[in-house]
Amino acid sequence: MSTVKLYPPKPEKVYFFGTCLIDVFYPGAGLDAVSLLERENIEVLFPDGQTCCGQPAFTSGYRAQAIDVARHQLRLFDEPWPIIVPSGSCGGMMRRHYPELFDGQPEEQAAKSVAERIFELTEFLVHVCHVRLKDHGPDERVAMHTSCSARREMGLADTGPALLRQLSNVTLVEQARASECCGFGGTFSVKHGKVSQAMVEDKCAAIEAAQAEHLVTSDCGCLMNIDGHFKYRKAKVHGEHIASYLWRRSS
Amino acid sequence: MSVKTFTPAAFHHQSAQALSNPQLRHNFRGAMDGLMAKRLGSFDSWDIEALRDLGQGIRQKALRHLPDLLEQLEASCQRNGITVHWAESADDAGRVITELCKARGAQSVIKGKSMVSEEVELNARLAEAGIEALESDLGEYIVQMADETPSHIIMPAIHKNTADISTLMHQRTGTRETNDAEELTHAARAQLRDRFQTADVGISGVNFAVAETGTLCLVENEGNGRLTTTVPPVHIAITGIEKVVAEFKDVPPLYALLTRSAIGQNVTTYFNMISGPWRGQEVDGPEEVHLVLVDNGRSRMYQDEEYAETLQCIRCGACMNHCPVYTRVGGHTYGTTYPGPIGKILMPHLLGLNTTKNLPTASSLCGACGEVCPVRIPIPKLLVRLRNEAVGEGKGNIEGAGSARRPMEAMGWKLFSWLARHPRCWRIGVRVVQACRSAVPKRVAPWTDNRVRPTPAATSLKQQLAQRRRS
Ligand code: SF4
Repeated sequence: MSTVKLYPPKPEKVYFFGTCLIDVFYPGAGLDAVSLLERENIEVLFPDGQTCCGQPAFTSGYRAQAIDVARHQLRLFDEPWPIIVPSGSCGGMMRRHYPELFDGQPEEQAAKSVAERIFELTEFLVHVCHVRLKDHGPDERVAMHTSCSARREMGLADTGPALLRQLSNVTLVEQARASECCGFGGTFSVKHGKVSQAMVEDKCAAIEAAQAEHLVTSDCGCLMNIDGHFKYRKAKVHGEHIASYLWRRSS
Repeated sequence: MSVKTFTPAAFHHQSAQALSNPQLRHNFRGAMDGLMAKRLGSFDSWDIEALRDLGQGIRQKALRHLPDLLEQLEASCQRNGITVHWAESADDAGRVITELCKARGAQSVIKGKSMVSEEVELNARLAEAGIEALESDLGEYIVQMADETPSHIIMPAIHKNTADISTLMHQRTGTRETNDAEELTHAARAQLRDRFQTADVGISGVNFAVAETGTLCLVENEGNGRLTTTVPPVHIAITGIEKVVAEFKDVPPLYALLTRSAIGQNVTTYFNMISGPWRGQEVDGPEEVHLVLVDNGRSRMYQDEEYAETLQCIRCGACMNHCPVYTRVGGHTYGTTYPGPIGKILMPHLLGLNTTKNLPTASSLCGACGEVCPVRIPIPKLLVRLRNEAVGEGKGNIEGAGSARRPMEAMGWKLFSWLARHPRCWRIGVRVVQACRSAVPKRVAPWTDNRVRPTPAATSLKQQLAQRRRS
């Protein structure tokens, strides 16, 4: 059954879980996410020991290994602050799957406590910070791709678009089959390369057909996939993590 | 190559072929887009989530009491004059039905749509015994004529467009070539009509079997189901043991969910409730009615609390209509009776993971299937569980567990897990990757077949944050 999430008032501090993809490939997006939070007068704590949420092992069937990784992350968030994750898939893993992985285990409570405090970045900006963004950028047509985990695991189809709509010079375009997967799916893109390629081609074609100049997404897996295909085709559409896009235009 | 020779083990090859077939992709894309839109429209004035909760509850309740309900169903059916047969395997099902046909000296059988009969390869088994079975559902009729298997559980011939069907019917039955679907339908109906009259036995599926009343419910649009179950002197219904529901009042919500989820219909043209053979005063009806309840691996799934959820399925097909993989590769590519998401979570139990291990991985875990399933089967969760079994890390009782295990891959995940628990070493790893960023090869197949390679940044987020905080 679907549950309604109740949002807390804006906290003094938050934890930031940067995700491994951002750490290695897109650190700029992580920095911009931190900037967006700090501008809301929130102190951002970055636990040093953070590595990966464990999702890649989990979805590949290596559950025991994923549990070990998850157990390590549980220890990073001792104080009761919200935990901000700039990715729907890592956020979904931590909010939805951690409690299930530790069900009946000694860490059950810790897993639940972490899960309850997980917020995807755009969700937190909209529902907890109630941000108001001022747009300093030029007129632009933008397409948003909400990741499947953000949309379906976390129920966040609207928070990204809601932020983009605050940008007065941005036109958020409607793309065909917006809710369809871009074809990333972690190891799926390798194990079933051809199907994954067909999916990303269709996704990019839909974005181009909507005459978008820019593509933003809140997940680096999707970004690597969609922008990777645009770049491969030397297409005009430029892809970016939503944190960078919002920060760049509103700072 | 005939689709009949497709196998789940060859999914990769078959999917590559399907993807490079523009006609196939166009047919599926168009049909699935239409079905998705119609589904959404049909739930317009309903609280779809509340209805799904109800559907899930009804199916879960039935499964919780499955052994008792099956006994009750048998007793109720017998009271109604329906003979109940139990078939543990596909072989058993074939044998029971062949014997029933032989006992009546049957030569020809007319069939309504039944996926369970496909599952147990009934037509081939009957043919071995010299009995000819003719499919009367239009889609099935076409598929049979083409010597193919269904590519969708609700619309068996959805992979064919009108022109394909016209050519096929012209070649096989001599009908005039036309682009008018209506005309083709009429021609097929005329061809079938006689066969209902002359068939010795009618075989149908069952959508819901009501334990309380011993009623077999059959949902259909063409009227062929009604003819199959009333005109021939013998009616044999075949279904899986999971199709039972407790009470009659359980049927309307499931029916409402089924027709909307399947094809966006509020009601079907026909809803048959079969409650026994002809009783003398009635206008028509068969002299004998039999119900064949097929297990074929289901009771083993039932032993496992999670896998048992697969048995909630009401075979609406919505999961395939919404699946980004199915809509691109079509149903035959899976090489299994049930394609798409439901096939991926069901077939490993029916065939074992040895041959089906490529199915649970053929998903990006996007969750579109789970989002639309009218009885809330957690399909993505079950896919992950099956992957877990396939790589030999699970503890379930499933045939072929561990058959997808690759020692190097397992080592890789163990190393990953160790590193992720040892942040210092992890950081060294990140630094090494970033220091060697220019050494990432230009081509990393299959990723770079149509994307640029991902290039690590020069320094990590952790380093950049530390730097910013120092300055
Ligand atoms: S799994 Fe759900 S959506 Fe798929 S056919 Fe069964 S009931 Fe329908």
